[in-house]
Amino acid sequence: MDIFLQQVINGLVLGSVYALVALGYTMVYGILGLINFAHGEVVMVGAMVFLTAVSVLGGGPLVLSNSTIIVFAVLTAIFVCSILAFFIERIAYRPLRNAPRLAPLITAIGMSILLQNIAMMIWGRQYRTFPELFQIESYTFAGANVTNVQLFIVGISIAIMASLLAVIHLTKVGRAMRATAESPQIASLMGVNVNTVISLTFIIGAGLAAIAGVLVSANYSIAHYSMGFILGLKAFTAAVLGGIGNLTGAMVGGILLGLIESIGAGYIGDLTGGFMGSHYQDVFAFLVLIIVLVFRPTGIMGERVADRS
Amino acid sequence: MSKLFLMFFGGRKNPVWVGYVFITVALIILPFLVEASMGRTWVRILDFALIYAMLALGLNIVVGFAGLLDLGYIAFYAVGAYTWALLASPQFGLHLPFWAIIPIGFVVAGIFGVLLGAPTLRLRGDYLAIVTLGFGEIVRIFLNNLDHPINITNGPVGINLIDPIQIAGVSLTKSHEILGLEFSGAHSYYYVLLFLLLATVFVCIRLENSRLGRAWVAIREDETAAQAMGINTRNVKLLAFAMGASFGGIAGGMFASFQGFVSPESFILLESIMVLCMVVLGGMGNIWGVILGTFLLAILPEVLRDVSGPIQENVLGRVWLDPESLRMVLFGLALILVMLLRPSGLWPKR
Repeated sequence: MDIFLQQVINGLVLGSVYALVALGYTMVYGILGLINFAHGEVVMVGAMVFLTAVSVLGGGPLVLSNSTIIVFAVLTAIFVCSILAFFIERIAYRPLRNAPRLAPLITAIGMSILLQNIAMMIWGRQYRTFPELFQIESYTFAGANVTNVQLFIVGISIAIMASLLAVIHLTKVGRAMRATAESPQIASLMGVNVNTVISLTFIIGAGLAAIAGVLVSANYSIAHYSMGFILGLKAFTAAVLGGIGNLTGAMVGGILLGLIESIGAGYIGDLTGGFMGSHYQDVFAFLVLIIVLVFRPTGIMGERVADRS
Repeated sequence: MSKLFLMFFGGRKNPVWVGYVFITVALIILPFLVEASMGRTWVRILDFALIYAMLALGLNIVVGFAGLLDLGYIAFYAVGAYTWALLASPQFGLHLPFWAIIPIGFVVAGIFGVLLGAPTLRLRGDYLAIVTLGFGEIVRIFLNNLDHPINITNGPVGINLIDPIQIAGVSLTKSHEILGLEFSGAHSYYYVLLFLLLATVFVCIRLENSRLGRAWVAIREDETAAQAMGINTRNVKLLAFAMGASFGGIAGGMFASFQGFVSPESFILLESIMVLCMVVLGGMGNIWGVILGTFLLAILPEVLRDVSGPIQENVLGRVWLDPESLRMVLFGLALILVMLLRPSGLWPKR
């Protein structure tokens, strides 16, 4: 039982990071119908900028408390990522808005390759360790271990997701975003500046990605220039699992994928009589995805969408 | 480009055969020209470009003709490569001849195509993309881990000492001297691969103008309307998956025998994406465009590899930026720029 609970806790921590990243995918997809392959790299840039900012602030002439350093470093990461995402959209996606469907997919892939390699030039090939900014404490709860970092990750994620839902559903900007997702043409007839809304969507998504990058590097206490690609892939899977274009779906899909992965990794050996080890955790995750999509072709919470050509 | 093409094939003053003869001669002497001007490595690069062209034409059936976005296409290439590797290497002690393995690889990859196609028939657009991506990863993870409890694929180490193609007892990887010209392994394989590529092109052209090809295009344009017109969308889509996969399987077999070594590392997601880039960048749905895109993307990284280090030394005095990452940065930039300037590809279908 305690192993199960432990896997559930690990899954929730992993899943809340996936959910944050998946939100960025799903918001862009909802409005542009585009798989933003470069989103994972934005997560990586967020983590890298955070670590750089921490070392600059910590080694500077000013003596700052650790919490001040963290807050400033996170803000720097969000700021840099937002600007980055703004320019990615401007350069690689906006000129292609009426192009054939696969053209922006290729520019997105190009952007991803570009960002990953520029990051390697700036931050090098080696793994960067997360600095000791706070005391890690471990609590035992019904036989399973929880650290304060893990609690913090889940808490922050929930808070951010709740405030995002509030922004989307309660504010004027949110209404404009929902209208644009329904139909950009009609939204612009109603006085919505579609271009601004799209830029804003990218900026919000990048902000979430920056925070997710910080959280994931805090969780594994490591960051690397190639961390974004796989994370982005998993998050995109989560977004599809939940029903792409649907915000609640992305959150549900993210948490679910995290749980599937960690429970799968823990139990897949017993299930298959030792034939498959924990190396197969991704197989397990993708199989669940395929099974879900066979029965619900538009994901768990997705609605029937018309085909785009 | 197309004007030049028309001049050879469609112009009234130049009979068609002049163009054919010219192109045939050019293709025959190409490896020797390449070797003389740029060295033997480039003949190998040319060979790999031919393999990629076969692969891209197979993907073009799925993505370009039938409009089914496949992000895990490299799985079929892997299936073909491992089929060849298992049937002609010391791994199981089997050494089947190439004329037996090619059809087996064709069928096995086709079966995997149906295996992927069957559960995904109801999915549309990007949902299909993520499932195919997952399928590609599943195949790779299995190849990576099937070394225990029973050793089948040799795990991450891969399979070594794969037999080359042998025609009448003559191994193609050895150097032969014919008419005073030295035919290295790369040269011999060039002709085999060229033959296979031309056969693939022929099949693709015939498919495109067939009843099946028109059915694929109808599904790509509007699946519901195609169904209303009496097209059995289920069978036609499955056929697209199966045929695309079989082409990939043959290309994979060639890759295994040419390289003499396979490991799961050659079949990562990035490779699927690369092949997709070749198809889209060249001009989706247009066979000649796809071949152009393949050759550009297969050769460009190699050119950039040669260029990115030395140019820095000459211009800036020393190597400032890691040549390997500079190469990939330029590659990414090229992808973005080409798509921005020509959103429907370099040589789109008209």
